[in-house]
Amino acid sequence: MSSLTPKELYNKLSQEAISHDEAHQEKTRVMVGTATCGVAAGALKIKADFIREVEAKNLQDEVDIVEVGCIGHCYAEPLAIIAKPGHPAICYGHLDDGLVHRLVEDFLAGDDPSYEYAMAALERNDVFPTFEDFPRGVYEQKLILEQCGFIDARDINSYIARDGYSALAMALEEKPGWILDEVKASNLRGRGGAGFPAGRKWEACIRSKGEEIYVICNADEGDPGAFMDRSILESDPHLVIEGMILCAFAVGARKGYLYIRAEYPRAVTHVQEAIDQARVKGLLGESILGTDFSFDLEIFQGSGAFVCGEATALVNSMEGKMGMPESRPPRLAQKGYRGKPTVLNNVKTFAYVPLIIRKGAKWFKEIGTPENPGTAVFSLVGKVVNTGLVEVPMGTTLRQLIYEVGDGLPNGKEFKAVQIGGPSGGCLPETALDVPIDFDSLQDAGAIMGSGGLVVMDEDDCMVSVARYFLEFTQHESCGKCTFCRLGTKHMLDILTGITKGEGDDETLNLLEELAEDVRDGSLCNLGRTAPNPVLTTLKYFRDEYKAHILEGRCPAKVCRDLLLYYIEPPKCSKLCNVCVGSCPTEAIFTRDDGLKEIDQEKCVKCDNCLKACPDEYNAVVKLSPPVLPSEKERKAK
Amino acid sequence: MQLLEGEKEQILASVDEVLKNSSKLREDLIPTLQKVQAKLGYLPALAMEKIAEGLNVPAADVYGLVTFYNQFRLNPPGKHQVKVCLGTACYMVGGDITLESFERRMEIREGETSLDRLYSLERVACVGCCTMAPVVVVDEEVEGKVTPTRVDGIMLALQDEEKKSVTEQEPNQGRGEDS
Ligand SMILES: Cc1cc2nc3c(=O)[nH]c(=O)nc-3n(C[C@H](O)[C@H](O)[C@H](O)COP(=O)(O)O)c2cc1C
Ligand code: FES
Repeated sequence: MSSLTPKELYNKLSQEAISHDEAHQEKTRVMVGTATCGVAAGALKIKADFIREVEAKNLQDEVDIVEVGCIGHCYAEPLAIIAKPGHPAICYGHLDDGLVHRLVEDFLAGDDPSYEYAMAALERNDVFPTFEDFPRGVYEQKLILEQCGFIDARDINSYIARDGYSALAMALEEKPGWILDEVKASNLRGRGGAGFPAGRKWEACIRSKGEEIYVICNADEGDPGAFMDRSILESDPHLVIEGMILCAFAVGARKGYLYIRAEYPRAVTHVQEAIDQARVKGLLGESILGTDFSFDLEIFQGSGAFVCGEATALVNSMEGKMGMPESRPPRLAQKGYRGKPTVLNNVKTFAYVPLIIRKGAKWFKEIGTPENPGTAVFSLVGKVVNTGLVEVPMGTTLRQLIYEVGDGLPNGKEFKAVQIGGPSGGCLPETALDVPIDFDSLQDAGAIMGSGGLVVMDEDDCMVSVARYFLEFTQHESCGKCTFCRLGTKHMLDILTGITKGEGDDETLNLLEELAEDVRDGSLCNLGRTAPNPVLTTLKYFRDEYKAHILEGRCPAKVCRDLLLYYIEPPKCSKLCNVCVGSCPTEAIFTRDDGLKEIDQEKCVKCDNCLKACPDEYNAVVKLSPPVLPSEKERKAK
Repeated sequence: MQLLEGEKEQILASVDEVLKNSSKLREDLIPTLQKVQAKLGYLPALAMEKIAEGLNVPAADVYGLVTFYNQFRLNPPGKHQVKVCLGTACYMVGGDITLESFERRMEIREGETSLDRLYSLERVACVGCCTMAPVVVVDEEVEGKVTPTRVDGIMLALQDEEKKSVTEQEPNQGRGEDS
């Protein structure tokens, strides 16, 4: 043991980190958001542009260009934050090479922050509004996302300089029971979907009195429309690591694992670097901060099976088996990884822990609602203006989230539904928008909190097709262990596929509903038990849309391709333009003798090309559902 | 798929190298498969047999695992790999139509590799940039807002690149044949 206390050792680390950080802060810093979302929007090219322009102006000694994670405003990618001494740090969005050139010339070389291109300032100042001044600022409250995109995820000093690991130093001077008491008092509920109280889970594990105990972080994030966990790991990995160390200290574990999807290579790299750096600083490994507490972490890369997000399946897959769920009990807290007591929590659950320890359970409980304290983190996507990562206090309504934080739907379209909780969740209609976001209310409404994917849908989205999409996903991912899930979902999928083709009769919907209820009640794990949710909720709230498919052969949203055809409206077609002809991959469009274009329905593969290609001033291509040409309609009418 | 010349030796060498650093426990099975796939790009039958031997697990178990997990592939990847996102956000704005366009252009189905091993096509679930849906990953580069017309552009670019690399490799032959 060291002669210094954990706090004294930590203070040394902290001073090092701060002076390291300050050395940086004397210079101008350009922080380019290069999480996966940023990279996809071209952030690496923007970074290269900055480097080139800065060198051209010979400023490389005064300007640091660094990569940061995701600040959540994904709709404005690629974006960068410029922190120049003497100015508030300012965020610029929708960057391109021209804008980079301009910013370097006017702001970095000159001293004009080009406010006309700025999105927001990051700190309060007298000149320019901050993100908190946005209308959404009223509703947003960032706890675990606070540092995401603002700190250098690949440098531990950046985390330590902002009080990182201070909770650990504090806790190591107390008894392990203190952490447990705080976490229990905070009523922190697991963010992996079910909302089970973390403290109770940890306590059960301690009660098992195992000699070896494991701590596992579930970063499998299988919901095909969610990316919060990935963003946190990419942008602020130490927050999760610190949470895991605190948990390990509380339950007496010496070894932990982060189970990260292999599809998340950037998260894997950042976490591995973070683990290595924490070891070097004595925050991980043998005798942490000079105490006799030792704990180490390893990454296990998940191999891309949705069911492996389920706790028992995840453990099976870590043991080299097929990722199939086990019936419980025994719970993992009694018999988990390698048959030993195991604590398994979601990425976000661990991320709250350092904050709760640092600021106290009381602070945490004041945010959100009494039964659901803290915040909810969502990836807000689909038909909404401000897509990205959002964090709001529990109890915020869906309406506030979509219309205030998300700024409503784009292109003046009509709201239809919001899908929450991915394949295990449900679609809620307009009438449910005033439901507060928390574990219990959402469940009552038929959806679930899930891990936090939130997809907004408008009038152009077909609810049958959406239900079919999710069911196809769960059906494909069903591990096949129990009959209800394996065969029931298959049967449901067949019926749904039929409906998208207009097949079925009065009885079909009742049969589908019965099947859904059977699968829900008869499946072994929550994959099967929740798989019918998308179907049940759409049947409940959007039954008319199902009926239109079956009874009229019509897809109201014009999505189901078997129920529509593409048609060029003669009065709108400009005879002189040939764009649609060129866009067609199957040469189905031809020029008639009168110069108008027409689609040969036999050849058309409904690829949507011509509709997209037809210039806005004509918009002559339309989709017709039911798939009846006007000429046929006339003939029938006669 | 037929093994190419020299491929057998390469497979054996890769498996040996990975097994050398393995704990030889069943727990190491998935990481071992991942490492071998990282080297070879896929898991040929021969590699699976050798891994089963090395870790002392039945070959059928290895095969079972490989087919269970989406990450593992039984076909060699194409020189150019295209992954089409069919996550929720991408699906909703026509990701499936984009996928179909690729299938048409490459003349293969999703999950397959073209016979000349130039192209392979896969579907993935949420790449994590739903804002730019529909999203496609072309040779590890993420590209957003890929409409079917853009698919043609991507394919043309890949084909151009191929033509160039052929003429570079065999300059004489290439020119001779052209003229
Ligand atoms: C099919 C299925 C998939 C799941 N996927 C995830 C996941 O991707 N991430 C996650 O944290 N939990 C997932 N869970 C929930 C886990 O089983 C477990 O409840 C959770 O990780 C516990 O962590 P928490 O208490 O912190 O929420 C899934 C459950 C099921 C049934
Ligand atoms: S759904 Fe395609 S990137 Fe998320």
